[in-house]
Amino acid sequence: MTAVEVWTPVCALADLLPDRGVAALLSGAEQVAVFFTGGEVYALSNMDPFSGAAVLSRGIVGDVGGVPVVASPMHKQHFDLRTGSCVDDPTVRVPVYPVRVRAGTVQVGRP
Amino acid sequence: MRGCSAMPRTLVVAGNGPVGHRLVAALRDRDLTGGWRVEVFAEESRPAYDRVALTSYVDTWEPRALQLDGATYDGDDLVNLHLGEPVLSIDRAAKKITTRSGSTVAYDALVLATGSYPFVPPVPGHDLPGCHVYRTIDDLDAIRADAEKAGRGRRSALVVGGGLLGLEAAKALRDMGLSPHVVELAPRLMPLQVDEGGGGLLRNLIEKLDVTVHPGTGARSIEQDRGRLLATLGNGTELDVDLVVFSAGVRPRDDLARAAGLAVGERGGVAVGHDCVTSDPDIYAIGECACVDGTVYGLVAPGNAMAEVTADRLLGGQSTFERGDTSTKLKLLGVDVASFGDAHAATEGALEVVFNDAVSGSYKKLVVSDDAKTLLGGVLVGDAAAYPLLRPLVGRDLPGDPAAMIAPAGLRAVGVGALPDDAQVCSCHAVSKGAIGAAVAGGCADVPALKSCTKAGTGCGSCVPMLKQLLTAAGVEQSAALCEHFGQQRAELFEILRSTGIRTFSELITRYGSGRGCDLCKPAVASMLASLGGGHVLDGEQAALQDTNDHFLANIQRNGTYSVVPRIPGGEITPEKLMVIARVAQDFGLYTKITGGQRIDLFGATVDQLPAIWRELVDAGFESGHAYGKALRTVKSCVGSTWCRYGVQDSVRLAIELELRYRGLRAPHKIKAAVSGCARECAEARSKDFGVIATEHGWNLYVGGNGGFTPRHAELFVSDVSTERLLTIIDRFLMFYVRTADRLQRTAAWLEAMDGGLDHLREVIVADRLGICADLEAAMARHVESYADEWAGVLADPAKLARFTSFVNAPGTPDPTISFRSERGQPVPLGIPVAVGR
Repeated sequence: MTAVEVWTPVCALADLLPDRGVAALLSGAEQVAVFFTGGEVYALSNMDPFSGAAVLSRGIVGDVGGVPVVASPMHKQHFDLRTGSCVDDPTVRVPVYPVRVRAGTVQVGRP
Repeated sequence: MRGCSAMPRTLVVAGNGPVGHRLVAALRDRDLTGGWRVEVFAEESRPAYDRVALTSYVDTWEPRALQLDGATYDGDDLVNLHLGEPVLSIDRAAKKITTRSGSTVAYDALVLATGSYPFVPPVPGHDLPGCHVYRTIDDLDAIRADAEKAGRGRRSALVVGGGLLGLEAAKALRDMGLSPHVVELAPRLMPLQVDEGGGGLLRNLIEKLDVTVHPGTGARSIEQDRGRLLATLGNGTELDVDLVVFSAGVRPRDDLARAAGLAVGERGGVAVGHDCVTSDPDIYAIGECACVDGTVYGLVAPGNAMAEVTADRLLGGQSTFERGDTSTKLKLLGVDVASFGDAHAATEGALEVVFNDAVSGSYKKLVVSDDAKTLLGGVLVGDAAAYPLLRPLVGRDLPGDPAAMIAPAGLRAVGVGALPDDAQVCSCHAVSKGAIGAAVAGGCADVPALKSCTKAGTGCGSCVPMLKQLLTAAGVEQSAALCEHFGQQRAELFEILRSTGIRTFSELITRYGSGRGCDLCKPAVASMLASLGGGHVLDGEQAALQDTNDHFLANIQRNGTYSVVPRIPGGEITPEKLMVIARVAQDFGLYTKITGGQRIDLFGATVDQLPAIWRELVDAGFESGHAYGKALRTVKSCVGSTWCRYGVQDSVRLAIELELRYRGLRAPHKIKAAVSGCARECAEARSKDFGVIATEHGWNLYVGGNGGFTPRHAELFVSDVSTERLLTIIDRFLMFYVRTADRLQRTAAWLEAMDGGLDHLREVIVADRLGICADLEAAMARHVESYADEWAGVLADPAKLARFTSFVNAPGTPDPTISFRSERGQPVPLGIPVAVGR
């Protein structure tokens, strides 16, 4: 791959509460929701596709049939943290962002 | 006959009791072409009301509470209701009736639904002041007036007749604060419905409730004696009483028919055939005034069946009234009594199977055919739980050994599967098991849904347990499991938390659940931990369990901003505090609106603005209003006796006291309350989870009301109580609700789904039958003592404050997707493009 990798540091891993999300701002007014659950860090678009509001980072994190999900705080649709796919309506998907932890810092890449 | 609507024919209905009303309702329901114009002539001055529920009039003294659905015929041009205008004579030759005011009305068909009158035995003194009968709302008003005239101290009353009606009257008298004596000529109570064994037990149970029973004797004389009445019984007993109520049976009102020369039964009643037609083909008779095959039915169910037959016949149908179902189940003074089918084993060769447990206070008898295979009838006293399953089986083969069926737990084993599809589950509304199955298949997933879809369970309510069983049998899960992570119900998890002392979600799910949890169980457990005194809702692990509203202590709105509602107890606020709210709204550019709960909602705050807004509010003496929580919201009030010229109590003071007492109480769902200072009810307390209405002597408490999607009036729970007693009862009620309701179940639905309903709740909360009231009160005392304002707690804790940031990597940067436009001088959200649904 020749594409230039862009990683934006968003916060310290220690800043993330287990099973809770935070919102982070990327360049160009893009918002991501970053979650820390089950020892893994996930990043999705913060935009709830059903309501159009940037709120997914404020949803409750849990699992549906073992799939790690966040529930939109607006109308409770569940999104797979790994794929962004909506569990309740598979035709809907939110963008997933690559995420990694370097030296205790959480970094988000381009989708 | 259908279709000739050009000139509707005239139906005259003489009588406007429940059966007369049922006829008109059924006819108007089906007469789609307007073939009949109906003239209803009523003797009483009010629209048709539920006479079966007459005893409950004592709870409210509100006649409209008993009024039957559609009884005023408002908006129906084809029905004219003439109140206080009974029919006095019939001219059959001219086909005309004459009313009390002298009008004559021509009829094409006439229905007699004149009901019956109370039989008063010719006891000397039966017509003295203070002697009453028990049939109408006016009768009860007169009894109440005499009861109130009686001096303070031990007041008592004599009820003549220990049948169903007499025991109902005894209950009404007891609820008015009198000690009832019941005298019954037969050797036992309810001789028509109950056999000797059941009657004995019934007497024992009822005498425990301050009712004295005098069986096997009658009233010999009644005399006036020093402002009271002296009743002498046939056995010589003398009773000093304040009033006497005769409930010694009823007689059909057939005088109109007799005067018109219609055939009557040997022992009274207008003789009709199975088509409900009298000896005149244009005249029908239905209900308690009619006599079918020599039988006059004194119950509403056969009357309703006759009304349906007559409505059908008037529209050209051919249905017939065959045999009235005289089955009865009722709760008399808290004692369950049921009688069905051939209760006295009158059928030739009938066998009786009896189970009598004097220790637990239950008597059960089944009457079966000589081969013990077919159920013919039965009697249940003390425990009538088997009634809904047994009654539909009358005349059918028993699914098992009759003795096993009435043994404890025997019926549970037989279950609802034993019923055929055409068996009637709800006898009040004639709903079959098949119809309920169809409704379940059509999507009804719980009891409230079945009630609204099929009407089953909305009459006497005795079939509600069956509805639950049918739902379970159909594979519809009955709110058992909280979610996929917990197999327990909310109430079970509450008990687990209480008894184990577990205070974290992670320990609870590790020991009692599976997986990681979800948006159903996490907020539910967070709420229970808060109810159990778990400290600040954002402390430690609890923070991650909270829904976004509880997490940011504000209400999320459609564009991702939040609204802020400071508490304004009782809706009372000083101008100075109003100015603080105004200034905050102005400074932060918030949209303001007055809420239905008498406070002010400030909209459009972003997450990072919330602490600054609350800093100003808390500094000015405001605290969280919990508008975001499944918690006590507001206690609304009218202005009360301080200002209002009608007010009888200080409703504002009480509302403030209640709101401050229960503020911050987390519950399965939100709790709304109100206090009205008089019966005009300006605070709309009966639409609340608990509502208080002032009386001359204290307070009436109503519970289980609801506005919203499924409105429900709160029901009277206790009356005329002191403020202290009121607080005790509400403490218990709320804590019992917090502990036992399902997730997101308002008090209305909780009460609807409760076995035994309001009576059961009253036994638990008022009579303390489970012995838990001291514990409930102590739990509420802990809540009141440990209350602390959540917003003050956030402002004092830098770690909690740190969560109120827009972006973790750019705190202070506003969310670029949020913008506002102006509407009527205030900011409102600018529409956001929605990605889904384009």
